[in-house]
Amino acid sequence: MGLKPSDWSGGGQQRIVGQVSPNWVTTRLDFLVNWARANSLWPMPFGTACCAIEFMATAASRFDISRFGMERLGYTPRQADVLLCAGRLPFKLAPVIRRIYEQMPQPKWVISMGACASTGGIFDTYAMVQGIDTVVPVDVYVPGCPPRPEALLYGILLLHKKIKGETLADPTLRTERHLERGDLRIPARLIDELSEPFGNSIHQTRSA
Amino acid sequence: MFGSSIERALVSCGQTIVYVDRHHAREVLRWLRDTPDEDYDYLVDLTAVEYRDPERPLEVVYQLRSLKRGAELRVKAELDKDQPLDVDSVVSLWRAADWLEREVYDMFGISFREHPDLRRLLMWETYAEGFPLRKDFPLRGRFSRAEQVRQALAASPESNYSMEELSVAQAQYDLPPDMRERLERGERGRVPEPKVQDDG
Repeated sequence: MGLKPSDWSGGGQQRIVGQVSPNWVTTRLDFLVNWARANSLWPMPFGTACCAIEFMATAASRFDISRFGMERLGYTPRQADVLLCAGRLPFKLAPVIRRIYEQMPQPKWVISMGACASTGGIFDTYAMVQGIDTVVPVDVYVPGCPPRPEALLYGILLLHKKIKGETLADPTLRTERHLERGDLRIPARLIDELSEPFGNSIHQTRSA
Repeated sequence: MFGSSIERALVSCGQTIVYVDRHHAREVLRWLRDTPDEDYDYLVDLTAVEYRDPERPLEVVYQLRSLKRGAELRVKAELDKDQPLDVDSVVSLWRAADWLEREVYDMFGISFREHPDLRRLLMWETYAEGFPLRKDFPLRGRFSRAEQVRQALAASPESNYSMEELSVAQAQYDLPPDMRERLERGERGRVPEPKVQDDG
Protein backbone atom coordinates (compact mmCIF):
# COMPACT_ATOMS: atom_id res chain seq x y z
CA MET A 1 0.00 0.00 0.00
CA GLY A 2 2.10 2.84 -1.24
CA LEU A 3 1.00 6.43 -1.13
CA LYS A 4 0.12 7.77 -4.54
CA PRO A 5 -0.53 11.43 -5.24
CA SER A 6 -3.94 10.51 -6.59
CA ASP A 7 -4.98 9.24 -3.16
CA TRP A 8 -4.57 12.68 -1.73
CA SER A 9 -6.72 14.52 -4.20
CA GLY A 10 -9.75 12.34 -3.64
CA GLY A 11 -9.60 9.62 -6.24
CA GLY A 12 -7.38 11.01 -8.94
CA GLN A 13 -10.26 12.76 -10.68
CA GLN A 14 -8.67 16.18 -10.54
CA ARG A 15 -6.34 17.18 -13.33
CA ILE A 16 -5.09 20.48 -14.56
CA VAL A 17 -7.76 21.49 -17.04
CA GLY A 18 -6.81 25.02 -17.88
CA GLN A 19 -9.53 27.10 -19.46
CA VAL A 20 -6.66 29.37 -20.42
CA SER A 21 -3.53 27.86 -21.80
CA PRO A 22 -0.48 29.53 -20.29
CA ASN A 23 0.81 32.39 -22.38
CA TRP A 24 2.93 35.46 -21.84
CA VAL A 25 0.14 37.46 -20.18
CA THR A 26 -0.94 34.77 -17.74
CA THR A 27 2.57 33.86 -16.69
CA ARG A 28 3.42 37.52 -16.07
CA LEU A 29 0.20 37.87 -14.10
CA ASP A 30 1.03 34.74 -12.15
CA PHE A 31 4.42 36.19 -11.34
CA LEU A 32 2.92 39.41 -10.06
CA VAL A 33 0.15 37.77 -8.02
CA ASN A 34 2.43 35.15 -6.51
CA TRP A 35 5.08 37.74 -5.70
CA ALA A 36 2.50 39.79 -3.84
CA ARG A 37 1.02 36.80 -2.03
CA ALA A 38 4.32 35.24 -1.02
CA ASN A 39 5.68 38.42 0.46
CA SER A 40 2.73 39.39 2.60
CA LEU A 41 1.63 36.17 4.25
CA TRP A 42 -0.48 36.76 7.30
CA PRO A 43 -0.04 33.85 9.67
CA MET A 44 -2.69 32.47 11.98
CA PRO A 45 -0.59 30.96 14.78
CA PHE A 46 -2.13 27.85 16.29
CA GLY A 47 0.38 27.30 19.08
CA THR A 48 -0.31 24.39 21.40
CA ALA A 49 3.07 23.42 22.82
CA CYS A 50 6.78 24.16 22.98
CA CYS A 51 6.93 24.78 19.22
CA ALA A 52 4.93 27.91 19.91
CA ILE A 53 7.82 29.19 22.07
CA GLU A 54 10.14 28.77 19.11
CA PHE A 55 7.58 30.47 16.93
CA MET A 56 7.53 33.41 19.33
CA ALA A 57 11.30 33.55 19.11
CA THR A 58 10.97 33.56 15.33
CA ALA A 59 8.51 36.42 15.52
CA ALA A 60 10.68 38.48 17.87
CA SER A 61 13.36 40.91 16.82
CA ARG A 62 16.34 38.57 16.56
CA PHE A 63 14.85 36.37 13.83
CA ASP A 64 12.09 38.76 12.85
CA ILE A 65 9.60 37.19 10.47
CA SER A 66 8.46 40.67 9.47
CA ARG A 67 11.36 40.47 7.04
CA PHE A 68 9.11 38.07 5.12
CA GLY A 69 5.99 40.17 5.40
CA MET A 70 4.62 38.07 8.23
CA GLU A 71 4.71 40.53 11.10
CA ARG A 72 0.94 40.77 11.21
CA LEU A 73 0.00 37.80 13.42
CA GLY A 74 -3.74 37.58 13.19
CA TYR A 75 -5.60 35.59 15.79
CA THR A 76 -8.68 35.67 13.64
CA PRO A 77 -8.70 33.04 10.90
CA ARG A 78 -10.82 35.28 8.69
CA GLN A 79 -7.87 37.59 8.16
CA ALA A 80 -5.11 35.05 7.72
CA ASP A 81 -3.33 33.29 4.87
CA VAL A 82 -1.18 30.71 6.66
CA LEU A 83 -2.35 28.40 9.39
CA LEU A 84 0.78 27.70 11.38
CA CYS A 85 0.18 24.72 13.66
CA ALA A 86 2.99 24.85 16.21
CA GLY A 87 2.75 21.94 18.58
CA ARG A 88 0.93 18.71 19.22
CA LEU A 89 -2.72 18.40 18.35
CA PRO A 90 -4.92 16.34 20.67
CA PHE A 91 -8.00 14.69 19.20
CA LYS A 92 -10.12 17.10 21.18
CA LEU A 93 -8.68 19.98 19.15
CA ALA A 94 -9.16 18.26 15.78
CA PRO A 95 -12.61 19.75 15.14
CA VAL A 96 -11.29 23.13 16.30
CA ILE A 97 -8.39 23.27 13.85
CA ARG A 98 -10.65 22.07 11.05
CA ARG A 99 -13.10 24.85 11.77
CA ILE A 100 -10.29 27.40 11.87
CA TYR A 101 -9.05 26.12 8.52
CA GLU A 102 -12.53 26.33 7.04
CA GLN A 103 -12.94 29.88 8.30
CA MET A 104 -9.81 31.05 6.51
CA PRO A 105 -10.48 32.60 3.10
CA GLN A 106 -8.69 31.41 0.00
CA PRO A 107 -5.85 31.57 -0.83
CA LYS A 108 -4.60 29.74 2.25
CA TRP A 109 -1.73 27.49 3.18
CA VAL A 110 -0.83 25.37 6.17
CA ILE A 111 2.56 24.94 7.83
CA SER A 112 2.92 22.01 10.20
CA MET A 113 5.66 22.97 12.63
CA GLY A 114 7.49 20.31 14.59
CA ALA A 115 7.47 16.55 14.93
CA CYS A 116 4.20 16.35 16.85
CA ALA A 117 2.13 18.39 14.45
CA SER A 118 3.60 16.53 11.50
CA THR A 119 3.49 12.93 12.77
CA GLY A 120 2.30 12.81 16.35
CA GLY A 121 5.93 12.75 17.44
CA ILE A 122 6.62 11.00 20.71
CA PHE A 123 2.92 11.06 21.57
CA ASP A 124 1.86 7.79 19.98
CA THR A 125 -1.07 7.62 22.38
CA TYR A 126 -4.83 7.42 22.58
CA ALA A 127 -5.19 11.18 22.82
CA MET A 128 -3.07 12.56 19.99
CA VAL A 129 -3.69 13.17 16.30
CA GLN A 130 -0.93 11.37 14.39
CA GLY A 131 -0.13 14.25 12.07
CA ILE A 132 -2.44 17.17 11.36
CA ASP A 133 -2.52 16.16 7.69
CA THR A 134 -5.17 13.64 8.69
CA VAL A 135 -7.40 16.62 9.56
CA VAL A 136 -6.38 19.54 7.33
CA PRO A 137 -4.22 19.63 4.19
CA VAL A 138 -0.62 20.62 4.88
CA ASP A 139 1.73 22.46 2.50
CA VAL A 140 5.03 22.52 4.40
CA TYR A 141 6.25 20.25 7.18
CA VAL A 142 8.99 21.63 9.41
CA PRO A 143 10.78 18.81 11.26
CA GLY A 144 12.38 19.28 14.65
CA CYS A 145 11.51 18.89 18.28
CA PRO A 146 11.04 21.80 18.45
CA PRO A 147 12.52 23.26 15.25
CA ARG A 148 14.87 26.17 15.73
CA PRO A 149 13.72 29.52 14.33
CA GLU A 150 16.10 29.04 11.39
CA ALA A 151 14.28 25.82 10.51
CA LEU A 152 10.93 27.56 10.63
CA LEU A 153 12.27 30.37 8.46
CA TYR A 154 13.51 27.77 6.00
CA GLY A 155 10.02 26.26 5.98
CA ILE A 156 8.53 29.68 5.32
CA LEU A 157 10.95 30.17 2.44
CA LEU A 158 9.91 26.78 1.06
CA LEU A 159 6.33 27.97 1.23
CA HIS A 160 7.35 31.11 -0.68
CA LYS A 161 8.87 28.86 -3.30
CA LYS A 162 5.71 26.80 -3.49
CA ILE A 163 3.51 29.88 -3.79
CA LYS A 164 5.72 31.31 -6.53
CA GLY A 165 5.22 28.11 -8.51
CA GLU A 166 1.44 28.36 -8.49
CA THR A 167 -0.51 29.36 -11.55
CA LEU A 168 -3.94 30.88 -12.01
CA ALA A 169 -4.47 28.51 -14.92
CA ASP A 170 -4.84 25.64 -12.46
CA PRO A 171 -8.38 25.83 -11.04
CA THR A 172 -7.84 22.85 -8.74
CA LEU A 173 -5.37 24.78 -6.57
CA ARG A 174 -8.07 26.79 -4.86
CA THR A 175 -10.94 24.33 -4.84
CA GLU A 176 -12.06 23.12 -1.48
CA ARG A 177 -14.09 20.06 -0.70
CA HIS A 178 -17.01 20.65 1.60
CA LEU A 179 -16.73 18.31 4.56
CA GLU A 180 -19.51 17.68 7.02
CA ARG A 181 -18.71 17.28 10.69
CA GLY A 182 -17.11 13.89 11.17
CA ASP A 183 -16.12 13.48 7.52
CA LEU A 184 -12.58 12.29 6.89
CA ARG A 185 -10.42 14.34 4.54
CA ILE A 186 -8.45 11.36 3.24
CA PRO A 187 -9.44 7.70 3.06
CA ALA A 188 -9.52 5.82 6.36
CA ARG A 189 -6.91 3.29 5.28
CA LEU A 190 -4.51 6.14 4.54
CA ILE A 191 -4.97 7.52 8.04
CA ASP A 192 -4.25 4.08 9.46
CA GLU A 193 -1.20 3.77 7.25
CA LEU A 194 0.11 7.23 8.11
CA SER A 195 -0.40 6.52 11.80
CA GLU A 196 1.61 3.30 11.80
CA PRO A 197 4.10 3.28 14.66
CA PHE A 198 7.70 3.97 13.78
CA GLY A 199 10.97 4.34 15.62
CA ASN A 200 10.91 3.22 19.24
CA SER A 201 7.17 3.01 19.44
CA ILE A 202 7.06 -0.13 17.25
CA HIS A 203 7.90 -2.04 20.43
CA GLN A 204 4.54 -1.15 21.88
CA THR A 205 1.66 -3.26 20.68
CA ARG A 206 -1.93 -2.18 20.49
CA SER A 207 -2.93 -4.75 23.09
CA ALA A 208 -0.34 -3.98 25.75
CA MET B 1 -15.58 6.93 66.81
CA PHE B 2 -15.98 5.58 63.30
CA GLY B 3 -15.28 2.02 64.38
CA SER B 4 -14.70 -0.33 61.51
CA SER B 5 -14.89 2.46 58.92
CA ILE B 6 -11.23 3.12 59.61
CA GLU B 7 -9.56 0.10 58.10
CA ARG B 8 -5.91 0.74 58.82
CA ALA B 9 -3.37 3.52 59.06
CA LEU B 10 0.31 3.65 58.28
CA VAL B 11 3.12 6.12 57.91
CA SER B 12 4.99 6.19 54.61
CA CYS B 13 7.78 8.67 53.86
CA GLY B 14 6.62 10.82 56.75
CA GLN B 15 3.09 10.91 55.41
CA THR B 16 0.21 9.53 57.45
CA ILE B 17 -2.10 7.44 55.31
CA VAL B 18 -5.50 6.39 56.57
CA TYR B 19 -7.56 3.77 54.75
CA VAL B 20 -11.27 4.23 55.20
CA ASP B 21 -14.27 2.18 54.13
CA ARG B 22 -15.57 3.54 50.84
CA HIS B 23 -19.16 3.70 52.07
CA HIS B 24 -18.20 5.98 54.93
CA ALA B 25 -15.47 8.02 53.31
CA ARG B 26 -17.54 11.18 53.16
CA GLU B 27 -18.55 11.05 56.84
CA VAL B 28 -14.92 10.60 57.84
CA LEU B 29 -13.83 13.45 55.58
CA ARG B 30 -16.59 15.69 56.87
CA TRP B 31 -15.46 14.97 60.42
CA LEU B 32 -11.85 15.74 59.46
CA ARG B 33 -12.93 19.04 57.98
CA ASP B 34 -15.28 20.18 60.75
CA THR B 35 -13.66 18.99 63.96
CA PRO B 36 -11.70 21.90 65.48
CA ASP B 37 -8.67 19.79 66.41
CA GLU B 38 -8.46 18.34 62.90
CA ASP B 39 -9.49 21.32 60.78
CA TYR B 40 -8.49 19.99 57.37
CA ASP B 41 -9.93 22.89 55.41
CA TYR B 42 -8.00 22.43 52.18
CA LEU B 43 -8.34 19.60 49.67
CA VAL B 44 -4.93 19.59 48.01
CA ASP B 45 -5.69 16.84 45.55
CA LEU B 46 -8.17 14.15 44.78
CA THR B 47 -7.01 11.38 42.52
CA ALA B 48 -7.13 7.64 41.99
CA VAL B 49 -4.60 4.85 41.64
CA GLU B 50 -4.76 1.51 39.92
CA TYR B 51 -1.91 -0.84 40.66
CA ARG B 52 -0.29 -3.23 38.24
CA ASP B 53 -1.25 -6.17 40.44
CA PRO B 54 -4.74 -7.02 39.17
CA GLU B 55 -5.73 -8.37 42.58
CA ARG B 56 -5.27 -5.04 44.28
CA PRO B 57 -8.25 -2.73 44.47
CA LEU B 58 -8.40 0.74 42.98
CA GLU B 59 -7.82 3.54 45.44
CA VAL B 60 -9.36 6.98 45.58
CA VAL B 61 -6.85 9.27 47.25
CA TYR B 62 -7.76 12.42 49.16
CA GLN B 63 -4.80 14.61 50.05
CA LEU B 64 -5.83 16.97 52.82
CA ARG B 65 -4.09 19.89 54.43
CA SER B 66 -4.91 22.05 57.38
CA LEU B 67 -3.75 25.53 56.53
CA LYS B 68 -4.07 26.63 60.15
CA ARG B 69 -2.17 23.75 61.69
CA GLY B 70 0.17 23.08 58.78
CA ALA B 71 -0.67 19.38 58.97
CA GLU B 72 -1.14 17.00 56.09
CA LEU B 73 -3.14 13.80 55.91
CA ARG B 74 -3.73 11.33 53.12
CA VAL B 75 -7.01 9.45 53.14
CA LYS B 76 -7.58 6.50 50.85
CA ALA B 77 -10.71 4.60 50.00
CA GLU B 78 -10.29 1.19 48.38
CA LEU B 79 -12.64 0.09 45.59
CA ASP B 80 -12.79 -3.59 44.76
CA LYS B 81 -12.90 -4.24 41.05
CA ASP B 82 -15.71 -6.79 41.27
CA GLN B 83 -18.05 -4.23 42.78
CA PRO B 84 -19.47 -1.04 41.24
CA LEU B 85 -16.80 1.65 41.24
CA ASP B 86 -18.47 4.46 43.11
CA VAL B 87 -17.91 6.62 46.16
CA ASP B 88 -19.73 9.60 47.61
CA SER B 89 -18.83 12.94 46.10
CA VAL B 90 -17.11 15.44 48.38
CA VAL B 91 -18.03 18.51 46.33
CA SER B 92 -20.33 19.51 49.19
CA LEU B 93 -17.28 19.62 51.48
CA TRP B 94 -14.70 21.18 49.19
CA ARG B 95 -15.70 22.90 45.95
CA ALA B 96 -12.22 22.07 44.63
CA ALA B 97 -13.35 18.47 44.30
CA ASP B 98 -15.66 19.31 41.38
CA TRP B 99 -13.25 19.09 38.47
CA LEU B 100 -10.95 16.66 40.31
CA GLU B 101 -13.77 14.15 40.60
CA ARG B 102 -14.72 14.74 36.98
CA GLU B 103 -11.13 13.99 35.99
CA VAL B 104 -11.06 10.79 38.04
CA TYR B 105 -14.35 9.75 36.46
CA ASP B 106 -12.99 10.54 33.01
CA MET B 107 -9.73 8.65 33.44
CA PHE B 108 -10.74 5.75 35.71
CA GLY B 109 -14.49 5.37 35.34
CA ILE B 110 -15.10 5.81 39.07
CA SER B 111 -18.44 7.51 39.55
CA PHE B 112 -19.06 9.92 42.38
CA ARG B 113 -22.54 9.80 43.87
CA GLU B 114 -24.31 13.15 44.18
CA HIS B 115 -21.77 14.98 42.08
CA PRO B 116 -23.59 18.00 40.59
CA ASP B 117 -22.24 17.64 37.03
CA LEU B 118 -20.41 14.37 36.56
CA ARG B 119 -19.24 14.20 32.96
CA ARG B 120 -15.91 13.82 31.23
CA LEU B 121 -13.41 16.60 31.81
CA LEU B 122 -10.39 15.92 29.59
CA MET B 123 -11.76 13.66 26.88
CA TRP B 124 -14.73 14.87 24.91
CA GLU B 125 -18.26 14.00 25.83
CA THR B 126 -18.89 11.31 23.23
CA TYR B 127 -15.55 9.55 23.79
CA ALA B 128 -16.41 5.86 23.53
CA GLU B 129 -13.15 3.99 24.01
CA GLY B 130 -13.30 3.66 27.76
CA PHE B 131 -11.25 5.04 30.59
CA PRO B 132 -7.67 5.76 29.50
CA LEU B 133 -5.79 5.42 32.79
CA ARG B 134 -7.12 1.96 33.58
CA LYS B 135 -4.49 -0.74 33.28
CA ASP B 136 -6.53 -2.71 30.76
CA PHE B 137 -6.67 0.29 28.42
CA PRO B 138 -4.21 -0.01 25.50
CA LEU B 139 -1.87 2.96 25.13
CA ARG B 140 -3.04 3.79 21.61
CA GLY B 141 -6.71 3.35 22.41
CA ARG B 142 -9.10 0.66 21.32
CA PHE B 143 -10.20 1.93 17.92
CA SER B 144 -8.23 2.28 14.71
CA ARG B 145 -6.60 5.63 14.09
CA ALA B 146 -9.03 6.46 11.31
CA GLU B 147 -11.98 5.72 13.56
CA GLN B 148 -10.45 7.86 16.29
CA VAL B 149 -10.03 10.77 13.89
CA ARG B 150 -13.58 10.33 12.62
CA GLN B 151 -15.08 10.29 16.09
CA ALA B 152 -12.98 13.23 17.22
CA LEU B 153 -14.07 15.27 14.21
CA ALA B 154 -17.69 14.39 14.92
CA ALA B 155 -17.49 15.87 18.41
CA SER B 156 -18.79 19.35 19.03
CA PRO B 157 -16.27 21.72 20.60
CA GLU B 158 -19.02 23.81 22.19
CA SER B 159 -20.37 20.90 24.16
CA ASN B 160 -17.26 20.89 26.36
CA TYR B 161 -18.80 23.76 28.28
CA SER B 162 -21.64 23.58 30.73
CA MET B 163 -24.40 26.15 30.85
CA GLU B 164 -22.96 27.38 34.12
CA GLU B 165 -19.56 27.95 32.53
CA LEU B 166 -21.13 29.77 29.63
CA SER B 167 -23.16 31.91 31.98
CA VAL B 168 -20.03 32.87 33.92
CA ALA B 169 -18.67 34.25 30.65
CA GLN B 170 -22.03 35.95 30.05
CA ALA B 171 -21.97 34.15 26.73
CA GLN B 172 -25.15 32.12 26.87
CA TYR B 173 -27.32 34.90 25.44
CA ASP B 174 -24.96 35.45 22.53
CA LEU B 175 -24.99 31.85 21.41
CA PRO B 176 -26.43 31.19 17.97
CA PRO B 177 -29.73 29.32 18.21
CA ASP B 178 -28.37 26.05 16.84
CA MET B 179 -25.57 25.95 19.38
CA ARG B 180 -28.02 26.73 22.14
CA GLU B 181 -30.22 23.93 20.94
CA ARG B 182 -27.28 21.52 20.82
CA LEU B 183 -26.24 22.41 24.32
CA GLU B 184 -29.70 21.93 25.67
CA ARG B 185 -30.07 18.61 23.90
CA GLY B 186 -26.74 17.55 25.44
CA GLU B 187 -28.27 17.79 28.91
CA ARG B 188 -26.12 20.69 29.92
CA GLY B 189 -28.71 22.05 32.27
CA ARG B 190 -31.10 24.91 31.77
CA VAL B 191 -30.20 28.17 30.09
CA PRO B 192 -30.70 30.78 32.82
CA GLU B 193 -33.44 33.30 32.10
CA PRO B 194 -32.16 36.77 31.25
CA LYS B 195 -32.06 38.98 34.31
CA VAL B 196 -34.72 41.69 34.21
CA GLN B 197 -33.19 45.03 35.00
CA ASP B 198 -35.25 46.57 37.76
CA ASP B 199 -34.71 50.31 37.59
CA GLY B 200 -37.15 51.02 40.39
